[in-house]
Amino acid sequence: MPPIISAIDLTKIYDGVLVVDGVNFEINEGECFGFLGPNGAGKTTTMKMIQCVIPKTSGRLLVKGMEVGERPREIKRILGVVPQDNNLDPDFTVLENLTTYARYYDIPKAEAERRALELLRFVQLYEKRNSAVNKLSGGMRRRLILARALINDPEILILDEPTAGLDPQARHTIWEKIRALKREGVTVVLTTHYMEEASQLCDRLVIMDLGRIIAEGNPRELIERHVGPEVVEVDSRPEVLDCVLREGELYEEFGGRIHIFARNPKGLASELMGVCDFENITIRRATLEDVFLKLTGKALRD
Amino acid sequence: MDLLRPPDVSYRVWKVWMRNRDVFLKTVKVNFVLPFLEPILYLLAMGFGLGIYVGEVDGMPYAAFIAPALVGISMMNASFFECTYASFVRMYYQKTFDAIISTPLSLDEVILGEIVWGSTKSLINTSIMLPILLALQLIKLPDSLLLIPFSLLAGLVFSSMAMCFTAIAPTIDSFNYPIFLFITPMFLFSGTFFPLSALPDPMQLASQIFFPLTHVVLISRGLAAGGLGAQSLISLAWLISVGAVLTILSINLMRRRLLA
Ligand SMILES: Nc1ncnc2c1ncn2[C@@H]1O[C@H](COP(=O)(O)OP(=O)(O)O)[C@@H](O)[C@H]1O
Ligand SMILES: [Mg+2]
Repeated sequence: MPPIISAIDLTKIYDGVLVVDGVNFEINEGECFGFLGPNGAGKTTTMKMIQCVIPKTSGRLLVKGMEVGERPREIKRILGVVPQDNNLDPDFTVLENLTTYARYYDIPKAEAERRALELLRFVQLYEKRNSAVNKLSGGMRRRLILARALINDPEILILDEPTAGLDPQARHTIWEKIRALKREGVTVVLTTHYMEEASQLCDRLVIMDLGRIIAEGNPRELIERHVGPEVVEVDSRPEVLDCVLREGELYEEFGGRIHIFARNPKGLASELMGVCDFENITIRRATLEDVFLKLTGKALRD
Repeated sequence: MDLLRPPDVSYRVWKVWMRNRDVFLKTVKVNFVLPFLEPILYLLAMGFGLGIYVGEVDGMPYAAFIAPALVGISMMNASFFECTYASFVRMYYQKTFDAIISTPLSLDEVILGEIVWGSTKSLINTSIMLPILLALQLIKLPDSLLLIPFSLLAGLVFSSMAMCFTAIAPTIDSFNYPIFLFITPMFLFSGTFFPLSALPDPMQLASQIFFPLTHVVLISRGLAAGGLGAQSLISLAWLISVGAVLTILSINLMRRRLLA
């Protein structure tokens, strides 16, 4: 089966600044595909080009075989979008937000109402259907936007930082909805700067930094390939650094700690115990955060 | 220049119009009282107050002279404020345009929908004022009923002009400039409260070249008095062509702003 979305040398220049720098990716039907990267990496810009709301500068970008610049209406008809910034309509109630949106897709009134109520049940906002949007909590607003993104029964769902700024519980509620949608066969494209979100939800992902894709694969495989199963973490001190250097291990210094991507974590740990406090050494499972740290030398979160 | 590129629009323009209509109907009480009140105040103060001292202008009582001008001013204010402040809030603060262009609608349709809605505000205000002016016998039937369809054309000119400013306004405070430099002079020097002929020749000419309100007032006055002169045709042509050009221009300016 051909990929449902494919980008070839996709580039975006804003006022002379290269924001998306010749990226290539292929997203398969039915998978959850992630763009993981820090703020400013170019994730939102990439999403907006897929959504046909900003023009690309060069390269090719196909959605279901259609070029974004040529057939935006047809593409937008099969997409559902949760934008990074909430843009619910404050002039309408929760329910009206959905029915007004349905009208843009030519969904008849009665059908729109039926779907809207069903979706409000799905995102657990049925009781709030007549509330003003301003009265909703952050998590509720995100869920309402998710419901709005589903009003046209999309084949592809684009989620730009769906849980940014939410508390853990609200985040888990949204993750659960995303998993349910994936089970129904919806292709999910997701951006995030939370490595946990990416590893929890994504079948495959790319790591982006400064407009470039710097790694690609499924989360476990990426960690295996770039870091290995475990990471040794220890307080940054000159004698520790000496030891790490002597062993020829790869490491990154960050937040007053040295993160060592050791070939033999347990051996290294016992070696280091000779030179520093026992309590300050940890061996922990490697994460996507480590992949990013190792590839870029900086942390994923600002 | 791509500023005059023909817009990509379809029936979907009405969906934007309907969105604004729905919001309007939710707050209809406030929306009705205000446009209703202001021209009445002007009419009382100037028409009946000042009018005692002025007597007749161009062979009609002063109140009857300014009544159609007040209708024209109301068309201008309704459309201009809708497509500056209100559209700017929807575009910039509420991100309503961003939300709509994620659906099959194009930005061109959103902007044209806003302009058509701005024109509709002109029609609504005109329709509220007409019965009052008729009751006061300041305008004549049946010709003055044509003010209602005419208010759509006048509204289109002011809405599209407003939308051009909205497309280039860095902040919402920027609208002070077109209001002080353009709307206020137009309000005073478009043959509104005294005949255009009272102005020095160069100013008369400038008013006819640059001020849509001059043409709107001229036609409104003709319709209110029950007879359009030949000059109305020139004014009509001016309004139609300027309205068409500004509409296309504003859509392309908006594309430049929002679809970089
Ligand atoms: N409209 C714009 N005009 C100019 N620069 C922009 C615009 N939008 C985004 N950028 C710049 O592009 C870069 C990538 O932004 P974005 O795609 O939002 O990144 P991300 O979503 O990964 O945080 C940033 O440096 C940002 O400042
Ligand atoms: Mg972003």
